[in-house]
Amino acid sequence: MPSLKTLRNRINSVKSTQKITSAMKMVAAAKLRRAQAQAEAARPYACRMGEMLAALAASEFGNPNASPLLVGRPNAKTHLLVAVTADRGLAGAFNANIAKAVRAQLAALEAQGKTVKIFALGRKGNDALKRDLADKISGTKNFVGKKVISFQDAEDVAKELIRGFKAGEYDAVSLVFNRFQNVMTQKPTEQALIPAAAPSANDNATEHNYEVEPDDGTLLERLLPRNLAVQLYSALLDNAAGFYASQMTAMDSATRNAGEMIKKLTLNYNRARQANITKELIEIISGAEAV
Amino acid sequence: MAIALEILSPEKLLLARDVDMVVIPGTEGDIGVLPGHSKLVTSLRGGLVDIYENGAVAERFYVSGGFAEVTESRVAVLADEIVRQSEINAAKAAEALTAAKDAFAAVSLDDAEAYREASDTLIAAQALVDSVPPHAIDKI
Repeated sequence: MPSLKTLRNRINSVKSTQKITSAMKMVAAAKLRRAQAQAEAARPYACRMGEMLAALAASEFGNPNASPLLVGRPNAKTHLLVAVTADRGLAGAFNANIAKAVRAQLAALEAQGKTVKIFALGRKGNDALKRDLADKISGTKNFVGKKVISFQDAEDVAKELIRGFKAGEYDAVSLVFNRFQNVMTQKPTEQALIPAAAPSANDNATEHNYEVEPDDGTLLERLLPRNLAVQLYSALLDNAAGFYASQMTAMDSATRNAGEMIKKLTLNYNRARQANITKELIEIISGAEAV
Repeated sequence: MAIALEILSPEKLLLARDVDMVVIPGTEGDIGVLPGHSKLVTSLRGGLVDIYENGAVAERFYVSGGFAEVTESRVAVLADEIVRQSEINAAKAAEALTAAKDAFAAVSLDDAEAYREASDTLIAAQALVDSVPPHAIDKI
């Protein structure tokens, strides 16, 4: 039977934990709102960009000189997985899910006889993956200390990815990130970055009827890196929004669990207190009887 | 007759409304877009987007580059960076021009891509300095 003092101390410590988790929940909720607004604001641009790219890509079908960023390289051997995670933890399985998805993808690609490299975007993903896959991690970047992700950040990463691709370090790039569906659900998703959706014969049938300035090839050369940056940007924004949502949910259940624990401990405490009083009473009565 | 104009930056939708005419700085030259324009996709150089309403310029934006998609009833300007002309900071613009000039001087002629990028940046920076609204110049 723990003494009254230890019980009291435990109740107090659980209470202060509960205060922290509920404060974190509030903070996450406020940040989630901002992150969600940012993600939504960025959507129209990404949407238009996608439409434009699709129209232009169709015209490149069957062109042997089409940009490798668009159609990829023949017999791609090395595959780069970009793992997008948050920089901080305490968000349930948010980061662990990405690590799991990356491992699954890695196994699948290696089964096809491909070499796999990993680019860890976000501190937690790097921490989780480097334990056993340190030799596969070819690069890492995080945004620790940044309040909001700017487009410039995404563009820097995109430039780095394109540089590596052009240098022949890898032949294909795909992105693994948590797609923000709603506050309760963030789904680990894989998305191809390079090649950016190879045009198919089907597209060709509905070839675009745009006039193009300066010309298809030149425009695509500018559009493709831009598109890569946009995709990365929207993945990073989804990641940020998903992280706060996940943290909010995690902290909410932590607060509730702490509440339950306090209830249980208080019950124990009161029982022990009552038992003590009863014992003292018995002692007094039996003492009085003896006299 | 009006044409629906959308100006978007990667971060947000900046402006969406019906205008009479819009002039966009294409890489091959300025393009005036009226309702019923043929379908067009173009890349943009650094320069000013002029929005015309009731026969006069209603608003001016500086874009550093990007793309535009034009259809019969709609113009979408996908800008890299965009500022309202009245909000351009003259000192910062001059600074950017100096930096772009230095970068252009340093770039090697053999690296075609870097050269193209540096010259694009220089054009954009020059256009930015040229776009500084007249009242801001007096302040320097």
